Amino acid sequence: MALAKITQVSGTAVHVTGSDIDTDRIIPARFMKCVTFDGLGEFAFYDVRFDKDGKPTGHPLDEPRFKGASILLSGTNFGCGSSREHAPQALYRFGFRAVIAQSFAEIFFGNCTTLGIPCVIATAEDIAKLAAAVDADPKLEVVVDVANKQVRFGSESFAVTIANTAHDALVSGKWDPIGELLEAKDAIQGRMEALGFAKA
Amino acid sequence: MGKTLFAKVWESHSIGKLANGQTQLLIDTHLVHEVTSPQAFGMLRDLNLKVAYPHRTFATVDHIVPTDSQVSPFSDPLAEAMIQELNKNAKEFGITYFSLSSGKQGIVHVVGPEQGITQPGGTIACGDSHTATHGAFGAIAFGIGTTQVRDLLATQTMAMSPMKVRRINVDGQLRPGVYSKDVALHIIRLLGANGGIGYAYEYGGSTFDGFTMEERMTVCNMSIEGGARCGYVNPDEKTFEYLKGRNYSPKGDAWNTAVDQWRAVASDKDAVYDDVVNIRAEDVPPTVTWGTSPDQAISVTENVPTPESATTEPGRISIQEALDYMKLPAGQPIKGTKIDVAFIGSCTNGRISDFREVAKFVKGKKVAPGVKAIVVPGSQVVDVIARQEGLDKIFNEAGFEWRNAGCSMCLAMNPDKLVGDQLCASSSNRNFKGRQGSPTGRTVLMSPVMVAAAALTGSIADAREVFSIAG
Repeated sequence: MALAKITQVSGTAVHVTGSDIDTDRIIPARFMKCVTFDGLGEFAFYDVRFDKDGKPTGHPLDEPRFKGASILLSGTNFGCGSSREHAPQALYRFGFRAVIAQSFAEIFFGNCTTLGIPCVIATAEDIAKLAAAVDADPKLEVVVDVANKQVRFGSESFAVTIANTAHDALVSGKWDPIGELLEAKDAIQGRMEALGFAKA
Repeated sequence: MGKTLFAKVWESHSIGKLANGQTQLLIDTHLVHEVTSPQAFGMLRDLNLKVAYPHRTFATVDHIVPTDSQVSPFSDPLAEAMIQELNKNAKEFGITYFSLSSGKQGIVHVVGPEQGITQPGGTIACGDSHTATHGAFGAIAFGIGTTQVRDLLATQTMAMSPMKVRRINVDGQLRPGVYSKDVALHIIRLLGANGGIGYAYEYGGSTFDGFTMEERMTVCNMSIEGGARCGYVNPDEKTFEYLKGRNYSPKGDAWNTAVDQWRAVASDKDAVYDDVVNIRAEDVPPTVTWGTSPDQAISVTENVPTPESATTEPGRISIQEALDYMKLPAGQPIKGTKIDVAFIGSCTNGRISDFREVAKFVKGKKVAPGVKAIVVPGSQVVDVIARQEGLDKIFNEAGFEWRNAGCSMCLAMNPDKLVGDQLCASSSNRNFKGRQGSPTGRTVLMSPVMVAAAALTGSIADAREVFSIAG
C-alpha cells in the first residue's frame, strides 16, 4: 500500500515538561474502554489538563497561544510504561505529527513509527533552547527535518538522532510494514514447519 | 565465542531483513486480551485478511473484568462491549479463547505459563508491556502495540530490531523478609526507569538459580519498568519441572525431545554480553516506592529523599513533583505513612505462591480499621487452588476481600479503583500518577508480604518487624 513519505514535519510546537512521562499520563486507562481509536484525541493528557471537576488546569496543551501545535517537546524516557498504542493514537488525533524528546521508551517509539509519527532525540540544551523560543513566540514555525536529522526554527537549527530503521521507514514511506510482512508468506510457513508450530 | 539465549532465539526466528533494516521476526506464540486487540481485528477486517495461524494465538479477558460479580452483562456497558467484541473476534477468527466460563481465564501473563503455552526458546508477544513475564521460562517475550497485534494476526511475524543483552547477576541469599519483588524494585532503583532502553535483560546468578519459576516471573515481569522491553532467565531443571504435564506442554517422546532443545537454547557459558551488572542478594532490602516512577524506590527503613539531594536541576524538579503528588514530607521516614487501601494481585504478584506466602502471616490477624484490603487471584486456576487450600478463608477472616481473577486495581480498568487521593500499598508494578483509577490516587509498590504488613497495621511498615521475621 502506498504511504506518504515522511521527510519532514513542520508546524508550531508546545512543550510538556518533565521526565518519564508515561503512557498512562498520555491516555489514562479509563479512556481505553473502547473498540476503536476514534475520539481518543480529546482525552490526551486528560488528567493533567483537567481537575476532578473537569475544569481546565491551564496545561500548555490548552493554552490558546499553543493551539494547533503539531510538534510536541518533552524530556527523557517519553512514553514509558504501558504498551498501549492508544497513547500515540491519542496524540495523533490531538494533532501531533512529531515528537522531540531527550529519549523515548522503546514500545512507544515503535508504535509512533508505525503510525508515521517521527520521534527524534535531541539534547536537553537544544530542547530547552527551542522551548524558550516557542514560549517567546508560540507561532514560531518549527521544522523537524526527518530526512536530514535536523530541527530548524527561526535562524537556528540543531541536529537530532533517530534510529536508522525508523528514519529509513519514514522517509521511504514504508513505516507501516504490513505489506512487506505479507510478502514472506512461504518463508513463514517453512519456518513454522521447521519449528513445529505449523499445525495445531 | 558463545551465544546468548537471546541471540539463539533471534536467529531461529528471523525470517529475513526488511527494507528499512529491521528483522522480520517470527513470533511463535501470540497472546491477546480485550483492551489492545479489538482495533487490530478491525484492521484485519478492513484489509480483508484472516488470522494466518489461529492455533498460535491465545486470548483471554483480564483488564476490564469485574472481580466481584462477573455475571453478564457487566454493570459497565463499555466493559461489556469490549468483552463482547473479544467473544466475537475469537469465534470469527477461530483463535483459542480462555473465556470467563472456561475455568482457565485470568491475567494473560498468569494464564500462559500455567497452561504450559509459555515455553523455552520461543518468541512470545502480546499487546501488553508486561509480556516479559514469560521470559522467566527462557522465552524472548515482549510487549507490542496494536498495529503489531494486527501484523502478528495477519502474518505471525513483526518488524523488530535486535536488542543488546545486559546480564544482571544476583548472587547469594536474600535476607529473611526480602522477596523477588524486592529484587525487581532494587534493580530498577539501581539502573533507572530508562536504564534498560535498547536492552534485553538476562537475569542470572545463584539467587535466580534458587528462585522458583514464580519468583523468576515476578522479576521478568517488571523488566519494562526498568526500560527493558524484554527480560529472561535461562531455562533449567526447575523450568522443565514446572512445565511437565501442563495442558500445552509436549507429551511422551516429544517431551524428551523438547527438553533437549530447551537445554541447548540456554546462553553458552562463554556467551559475550553487551553489559554486565553484579548485585549481591544481601544488599537487597525490603523495598518500597515513594514517588511516581518505579525507580523512585527506597528501603522501607530509609527516609523519603529531599529535592536538595538531587545532583541536577531536572532531578530536583522530579523529586519535588513526586513528593507533591504523593503528599509525602521530604526527608521523613516512609515507614508509618498511613494507607487507605491494600491490594495483593496483578501479573507481578498474583500467583498461588504469593497468596500462600502472605496467608502464613495474616492467618488469625485482622486488617486495620478503615483499610480496604483486596486480594485478587491472577487466574481462575489460581483461585481454585487457593480455595482448595483454604487460603480464601484465611484472607476473608483477616478482613481482606477475596475476589475473582483479573488485573483489577493494578490499572483499574474495572470497578476496583482508588477514590480521591487514597494511598494504596500495592503488590502491582506501576506507581504512575493516576494509575490505580483516581487521577489523584497514590500508589506505593512493595512485595505482597509488605502489603499485608501495611494492611494489618494501617500504615507502611517493615514486614520483618510486624511479623517477627528473624534476620
